[in-house]
Formats: sequence, C-alpha cells, structure tokens
Amino acid sequence: MKIDFRTSPDVYRHWSLETEGCSAKLTLSVDPTGGIFPGYELKMNSYDLGVDIELADAVQRLRFEHPEVRVVVIQSGLDRIFCAGANIKMLGGSAHGHKVNFCKFTNETRNAIEDASMHSRQRYIAAINGTAAGGGYELALATDHIILIDDGSAAVSLPEVPLLGVLPGTGGLTRLVDKRKVRRDLADVFCAAEEGIRGEKAVEWRLVDEVVRGSEFSERVRACVWELIKNASVNDARGIIFDLLDRKEIDNGLTYKYLDVVFDRTRRLAELMISGPEIDIPENTSGMHAIGANFWPLALTRELDDALLYLRFNEPELGTLVFRSEGNGEKVLAFDMFLQSQEENWLGREILNYWKRTMKRLDITSRTLLAEVLPGSCFAGFLSEILFSVDRCYMLQGELEHDSRSPGKIWLSTLNFALFPMANGLSRLETRFLGEPENFVKAQELVGKPLDAESALSAGLVTVVLDDIDWEDEIRIVKEERASYSPDALIGMEANLRFAGPETIETKIFGRLSAWQNWIFQRENAIGDDGALKLYGTGFRPKYDKERV
Amino acid sequence: MKMDVEGATSDENMIEVSYNDLIPNNVGLNSDRALKRALERWQPKFLDWWRTMGPDGFQEAEVYLRTAVGVGKGGWAVFDYVKMPEYRWGILLAPKEEGRTIPFGKHKGEPVWEEVPGEYRALLRRLIVVQGDTEPASVEQQRYLGKTCPSLYDLRNLFQVNVEEGRHLWAMVHLLQKYFGRDGREEADALLERRSGDRDKPRLLGAFNEETPDWLSFFMFTFFTDRDGKMQLESLAQSGFDPLARTTRFMLTEEAFHMFVGESGVGRAIQRTCEVMNEAGIKNPYDVEAVRKLGVIDLPLIQRKANFHIALTRDLFGSEISTNAATYFNAGLKGRYKETRIDDDHQLKDATYPVLRHFNGEFFTEKVPALSAVNARLLDDYSRECQGGLDRWNKIIKNFDIEFTIKQPHVAFNRNVGEFANLHVSTEGGVFDEPTWTAHREEWLPKSEDLKYLHDLMKQEKKCDCFANWISPPRHGVNNMEGDFEYVKLR
Repeated sequence: MKIDFRTSPDVYRHWSLETEGCSAKLTLSVDPTGGIFPGYELKMNSYDLGVDIELADAVQRLRFEHPEVRVVVIQSGLDRIFCAGANIKMLGGSAHGHKVNFCKFTNETRNAIEDASMHSRQRYIAAINGTAAGGGYELALATDHIILIDDGSAAVSLPEVPLLGVLPGTGGLTRLVDKRKVRRDLADVFCAAEEGIRGEKAVEWRLVDEVVRGSEFSERVRACVWELIKNASVNDARGIIFDLLDRKEIDNGLTYKYLDVVFDRTRRLAELMISGPEIDIPENTSGMHAIGANFWPLALTRELDDALLYLRFNEPELGTLVFRSEGNGEKVLAFDMFLQSQEENWLGREILNYWKRTMKRLDITSRTLLAEVLPGSCFAGFLSEILFSVDRCYMLQGELEHDSRSPGKIWLSTLNFALFPMANGLSRLETRFLGEPENFVKAQELVGKPLDAESALSAGLVTVVLDDIDWEDEIRIVKEERASYSPDALIGMEANLRFAGPETIETKIFGRLSAWQNWIFQRENAIGDDGALKLYGTGFRPKYDKERV
Repeated sequence: MKMDVEGATSDENMIEVSYNDLIPNNVGLNSDRALKRALERWQPKFLDWWRTMGPDGFQEAEVYLRTAVGVGKGGWAVFDYVKMPEYRWGILLAPKEEGRTIPFGKHKGEPVWEEVPGEYRALLRRLIVVQGDTEPASVEQQRYLGKTCPSLYDLRNLFQVNVEEGRHLWAMVHLLQKYFGRDGREEADALLERRSGDRDKPRLLGAFNEETPDWLSFFMFTFFTDRDGKMQLESLAQSGFDPLARTTRFMLTEEAFHMFVGESGVGRAIQRTCEVMNEAGIKNPYDVEAVRKLGVIDLPLIQRKANFHIALTRDLFGSEISTNAATYFNAGLKGRYKETRIDDDHQLKDATYPVLRHFNGEFFTEKVPALSAVNARLLDDYSRECQGGLDRWNKIIKNFDIEFTIKQPHVAFNRNVGEFANLHVSTEGGVFDEPTWTAHREEWLPKSEDLKYLHDLMKQEKKCDCFANWISPPRHGVNNMEGDFEYVKLR
C-alpha cells in the first residue's frame, strides 16, 4: 500500500478544523477504526501516521488558506482524554523503517507548529481536558501555551521509559528541558512517573502554563484566545486555496507539473528533475494572489515537499536522490527578486517560509543527496539552495556533445544568505563556510551574477567540476560506489556531516533524541519477543537485558 | 461511644484490635510512628469531609450501628447506638496467612509481597486510588436520601452502608499512607477533595458521578453497583501484595451486608407491589396507571430502573479486552473472581477466553487471549451473580401469580465503555441507528415522568414499625430486633 500525504479537511477522519474570525480550533477525535494499517485500534485518541498527516495538512492550510487566523486551539473531542500519544500496537507491529520515518514526520509537524507561531504569528494553545500522555503531551509541548484541566485526575505524562521501554521521541525530552526549561532533576522524576503530574504541581514544575477548574475550563480557553488576539496584529488578508495536488504515478516514477521523479531501481536512485517557470512574473502582489497555489515557486515547493515524503515512505530502497533542473535561470532569478519584493506581503512570506521548511525536510532526508548542474539548468536564487543542501554537487564545465544549450550556470541571491536557515539556525552557506569565512564574504559579492563552473568551483559553491569527457564515467562511478556502501553507515555519515555549527532544539531533536530513539527501536529490549513494545498490551512484562551498553 | 470492648480478639495469629487508640486498628499503629502521624493528620480532614458530605441532617442522630471490632470468623462486630461522626472508623486487616504465595500471574508461587515492589508501585497505587475513590463517592451520592426514608429500619441500613463505605475509605487510605510515601499521602488527601457529580473535581468513575435521587435507585445501586465493588474486592483479595489482599478480604465481610440491603430492598418493593395488585385484583402488570394509583412501583418501571443501573455498572468493569487488566493480572496484583478455585495454570500463558464482540451490526464470539480478557470474564461472573438475585425477585412475582419476569438487558445495551461503547443496542440485543434507538429509549430506560413519580412517592416515614406504602417490612429486624425497635433516634 502506498502512503499518500495529500488530504484536505473535507476528508479528514480524525481531526476537524474550524475557523471563526481570527481564531481556529483543531479538534482531535480519532476514529478508532481508521488506522492507516490494519491490526490495531486507535483507542483513546492515540495516533498513527494517518492521524498526523491530517494534522500536518491542517497546520499548513491554516497558514495559506487562513492567514487571518491568529490563534489556534488544539483540543480533544473526547471526554476526559486529550491524546494518548502514538499508538503502541502500531509501533510494536511496524518495521523499523516505518517507525523512524513516522517519528521524523511527526517531529517535522510539531516543528511546523512552532514555525507557524514564530514566523506566521499564528499562536497555538493546547487545551488539555484530560489524559495527555506521551505523544499527547509532546503535541502540547509544541504549542505556545498549555492549559491543563484541574479535575483531580487529569495529568500530563511522558510514561515511555517506565511503560514502553522507549523514549518520548517526538521532541518530548528536548522540549522539556530546552524549551520549557524544566529543571533536569524534576524532569527526571516526571519522565519516570507513569501516571504523570497533575494540578498545581504541573504549573510549579513548568510542565504546563496554567491549570483551570473544569467549570471554568472552556471560558478560560476562550479568554486566552482573546488575550492573544488582542495583542496580535490584524491580518485581514484573504487566503488562497490549496487544491488537491496533481500527481501522476507512473511505472517508474512520479509526474507533477514542475517536477518529474524517475525511479531507477537497478541503480537504487531517484532522479528529480525540476522545471523552471513557464509563466511570467506577476505584475504585482494581487497578481500573485490571483495565481495562488499555481504560482510557480509555491507550486514547485508543494510538489517537492510531497515528492520527498512519498520517497521516504514508499520507496525506501532508492538510496540516492539526484537533483537536476531545467529552465531559464534568469527567469528563476527574476521570480526570486519578485519574492524578495513581497517580503511585506503575507503570501510572499509564507512561500519563502514553506521553501525553508522544505529545504529542512530535504536536509534530514536520510538518502544520499546529489545535484548535477548541466547545460540548460536553472539553479538560481532560492532554487540553488538545493545545491547547498545536497551532500555533493557536480557541475559540468562547458557544453555537452550533441547538446546545443549553453554551459550551465548558477546564481546566488540575497535570499541564500538570510531567509532559509537550517535546523542549526545558520544559512546553508554560512554553515558551508564555517571554516572559510572569507569565502562566505566573497559569496555575498557574487549575488546576482551568473557563475559558470570555474567561478562556482573557486567560490566553493560546488564540489567537483568535470568536462564532458569525464562527466559520464565519473558520475556513474559516484552513484555505483554510493549504492554499494552500507545504507546505515551512509545515513550516519551524511547526518553527521550535514549539520555543522551550533546546536538548537531542532538539531537536538533530530540529531540526538531521534538517534537515541532509533537505537532503542533496534534493541531487543524494545522489539524482541520479550521486549517492551512487543509485550505492551498483552499484560506480560518485558524482560530486559540488564547490561548497560 | 459506649462500647464494651477493650482489645477484642478472636484468632490467635493476629494483632489485637486496639480500641483505646484514637484510631482503632489491628495493624500495630502505636509502634509505627510515621504512619500514625500521617493517619492522625488525615483523620480531621476525613471528619470534615464526613460533616460536609456525609448524610445530610442526621449528624446528631443516634443510630443503631454495627462496628467492626475484630476480624475473626465469629463475633467480629458489635451493635450499639452511635452518632455517626463518632463512629469508630478503624483499620482492620484479615488475619495473615503464614506462608502465603502469590496465586497467579508471572510471580505465581513466589512468596507474597509485604512491601510494594518498586516496579509495580505506580500500578498498585492506581488500583488502590480507583478503588478508594468509589468509597466516599457513594456516601456523597446518597447524602440526601435520609429525608425520604421509607422507614427507620431502612434509614439505619442506609447509614450502616454509609459508615462502612467510610471505613473502606480508611482501609484504602491506610494502604496509601503506609506503603506509598508522600505520593500516597497526596492521593489520600485527593480522595477527600474530589466530589461526586462535581464538574470541577468529579469522582474517577462514571457511575459514581450519577445521582442517587430516590430509594429505588439506592437499592438498585447497592444491588448492582456495590456488587461490582464486591467483584473488584474479590479480585483484589487474591493480590500478591498481601496488605491489599488482607484489607480487601476484610472489606468483603462488610460488603455482604450492602448486597443484602439492595436485594432485599428491591425485593420488598416488588413484594409490596404484588401484594397491592393482588388485593386490588389487578392481573396485568402493564396496567401502570392502575398500579400507580395504588401508590406502589409498577414492575415495568422496576425493570427500566434495573436496565439503567445494570448498564451503568457494567461500564465499571472497564473495556472487555483490556491492556490494564492484563498487566494487573500478569503482575500478580489483581486476580480473577475466586481465582484460587479456577482450575487452570493461573498464568494464562496460552489460554483463550470467548468474548462477545461486534462488527457491522453483528455480534459474534471471539476467542481472545485470556490474559487480555480478564475484565470480560469478571463481567460474565458478575452477570451470573446478578441473575441469582433476579431469580429470587422473579420468584416473589411468581408467588403472586403475576406474569412478569425481570431480565438482564443485553450486555451491549446502553454502554459507554468497552466493546459496545459506540453502539445503539436495545435491551434485547437489536442494533439500531441513533435516532431509532432514541425513539425507543423510553421503553428501556426510566423516563422523566417515571422519575417524577418515584420522587413524589418518596416520603419520609419516621415512626417505629411503620413503612412507606410502596415497600414491605423486612422479614427480620437488624440483629434480630423486634419490629418496633427504634433504629434511629432522631433528635
């Protein structure tokens, strides 16, 4: 079965999205029988990938379709249960790869919530009306303000360690001490308390922002929404519509409007060919709004985002992704300039933010990433960001035989220096040049100039430059070599080389928390026949190998 | 309290019950300073709670109550007049069985635990808190019933049930404070802070937040819902955590009386209805109007009330297929009903148990791993126990030659927890859509005019040896007292 990330509120099974003026409500009522795979029931508002795909879609749509919304309340539609976290039967029954991908995606979605708060000023409130365990509390941790009902039994908890033998891996441990700055010893007590912490103590420990009695709960949530709206700048803009993304699945690939993905199963790679804009630059802001989701940079971003998710979940054996582009680089640069001019406009900003998130999604995609710059390619401005995300970039010097197109060039724009930070908080170019600060300065002087292979190489923007005599062989060997290595070692190597520079909550989540979690997910203590994940729900206690490794 | 008991003892192998202490006990409280201090701090809070949430308007009345004074087989209680706030709530554990081993689960055959095993601390605390929370809850639910008692005999029985629920709270609080440290003390306080039916601090389980508005409800509650309590206590009485097992075993001695109040209460109402119908020559039990004119409770209404209480109580058993129950069993914390009398490996390694399930409008029985079906099994045992009472009620009706049988509704009827929570099922087991079910609701559950009728019927009767018209006198008095005995001296 193929997993599809395309959805919309009218077909959600688990979430509902309601907007009213400047506020929105995201209500979770998981359909227990609506699991994406058979074999488990989604009881007590527990979730699987299908539930989170809807959440990710809702968070995304709120930014593009409802820019007027300033406050989003995440709440539960069930009585006395907020959310019980990821479904354990699902995790216990999933292959390792699915667990890892699932956790990565849910982490990206929680980050997207924080990104919406910081960059779109859409604030999130978690209204916890009952049990918020594990991933349920982690979801709340991604919001700006957590309100917990005080009814003598509702508690927040991270019971993974005592109960499941795994970690609260959806940012839980990190956000606890890094975002909410819960004292580490109290956090330790909290993470070992199966039943969690409730009432005033939860406030004292900074686990939640406030506790409210049941009879005042809804009123307090409303008041809180109102306070946030009052202090927010009004955005009376009308949103655009995200239609169902047009994607054709063919035998050996995917076709979108501006992106073609070709699967090469024998060589275990996928080639992603990006097409430059067909349309002209809109005359002004309202022109861009009128084109909406078909506006080339936005359409391309949606397609690339979808393709990355598709490849991660549905094509795990395609170990290398090769990026190419085709089109008019000057025109791409012109779109880039236009987007720069739209920085004051909400839609322009959202598009740039979306590109930023998609590049981050690319950064943490555990495949070998290569780029090839050939004659006729159009890596310019924001699009050339791909070249700085990949593990290696190859550029052809001069022309190709039997190809009349002029030699490939790349263009930098000011966007490459500021607007697309990586998880570490730095731009890709700054990260790239941590050891060569002079090249970082030089690169800024190259903004807007067409750079041929030699100048790109000397500026440190590409890895290897080859002429047409060497090109085919060299490129073939790189790909074959790559396909011959251990996929595990490659994932580890790439992930460690991609994120130089400072630590942030995000890098800790993806680099530390996830890595530990993925290790634990491989261990007998979690997944063996007597492991905690396998035995959860059967009543049998896990048997642990007590050796500390 | 004028009670002639100084250090009552019965069996040799137990600590004497000390009645000279502030808190009567057979746990050697005097030599456990930490526990004594904790309980003495909790005691005034309990008394505050009793005064504000206990029986309304009867705190000064002298009530002829039994008080547990020992835990041996014979003569464990004495009867005397006492003002309820002065009742000697104490801590009494059944005698310790030397050499007892854990009877089930993965630790089967190992010596029972005298202290809480670290790995099960949270589970055990949860079990005890949930059990403990039901005890004060029912006192709160029943606090206004005194104002409409059908007789002093019944009033006294109500108060007996109430003070014993209070003692059961003490029993659970003792465990929390003795074995669970500071968390236990906090939980003990929280047991007094939650309130039945309160929006802000409701009791933990649904049935304990419902009202008990009239005496038929009270009898139904003690018959059906207290019987769930009994089943739960029976399961806990098997626990590998010996203090819990011993505590609950003694609680069961008292609980039996609560079932009696329920079964005999409903039975006496049925008896009275049948008598009056016979005297008036009414044969048709469905001639509700005629029956109600005579000021008794028609049998169809008794059936509807029973339907309501059975369904609500079934929910208390939790999900039929339950992770928690499996964990409790395997850990040796909570067994099955009469565990030691079941003929199997008591570990349920490969056993299955048939559970009624539902898919697409069809009920079917599925064999599921017995370990996850522990709740389903307990619910089946419960249904069998209930049927015994129903059969006795039906016998009364039959004796009067009236064509009517009180039945248990289908197990999926009106459920909010477990396998059938989202279904709309009739008492006969028909599966409907919501509008159809709602349209028939009044055939199966009490309607508002029923409740109003019951409400209007309930008038306080406080003369000795007098009973409200809708209920027959009991066959025997409490402690074999004569009919005109003054069970409650109202001041």
